[in-house]
Amino acid sequence: MTAIAPASNHTGSRTTRLLGAAVLLGLVALILLGFFGAPEDDEQRDAVRMIFIHVPSAIFTYVAFVTTAIGSVMWLLRRSIWWDTVAGAAAEIGLLFCGLTLFTGSVWGRPTWNTYWDWGDVRLVTTLILFLMMIGYLSVRSLGGDEGATATRAAVIGVLAAAILPIVNRSVEWWENNTLHQKSTLTDGDLENLTLFTLFVGFAVWGLFFAWSLIHRFRITWLERELRAIDLDRALDERRAERDDV
Amino acid sequence: MTHLGYLLVGWGTTLAAGAAYAISLIRRGRRLSARVPADRRRWMTADDE
Repeated sequence: MTAIAPASNHTGSRTTRLLGAAVLLGLVALILLGFFGAPEDDEQRDAVRMIFIHVPSAIFTYVAFVTTAIGSVMWLLRRSIWWDTVAGAAAEIGLLFCGLTLFTGSVWGRPTWNTYWDWGDVRLVTTLILFLMMIGYLSVRSLGGDEGATATRAAVIGVLAAAILPIVNRSVEWWENNTLHQKSTLTDGDLENLTLFTLFVGFAVWGLFFAWSLIHRFRITWLERELRAIDLDRALDERRAERDDV
Repeated sequence: MTHLGYLLVGWGTTLAAGAAYAISLIRRGRRLSARVPADRRRWMTADDE
């Protein structure tokens, strides 16, 4: 018979510890490769090293918001609390990644485009709209009230936000005359081998961090739900006790 | 190295934000799990610990 370990007061597990260790090791490798391994670019010089954090942030923004959309659809179709929890967890992480995408892109834009921001650039503005939509999504989730109704309202926003992802992604192709942003870094084939390898290390680190965060955030939401259920049970017990006293 | 200031701001902010978020998750998890009875924390009593 397998012994059951005593419960611990945290949301970690063997899986998350392995993921966390892999993230830290990967980060060390990414910093070394990003600053000392990968060569500078002929045009952008060392500013190109921003690619190793900006592009993974952007790609995993998409991954997170697609996860939110899948969770939202599953909630709408099956009323699955598990999927609703996944959707909310992924949205919060996606918001972090989306914010970092906007910030690092802006900081990268100054030395390469000579501006931090351009309101006429479709990629920048659609990414900002996506960011604001996910703030709205998380705001709706935090409103409280009936959990089912809240989840349904949030799920609709989650699906709508995912619907603009193709516009964000393809905007540099569809409005190529209205963007400072370069076309797809991965498909234009201009990257040196070591630059490309470092970029994939970045993808791996961001992917591992996404998985680590998603597991922890899922468990936190689960605990919050359990606490609300406990509070509700306690309130009902008190009400019954008052009624019995009368 | 050219553009070092921009690189440090971009990388530094990204790493700091990621670390801050990770720490906040761990703290929230610890605070909440201390308040929820063990039998309602189902992933924490498995062999995965």
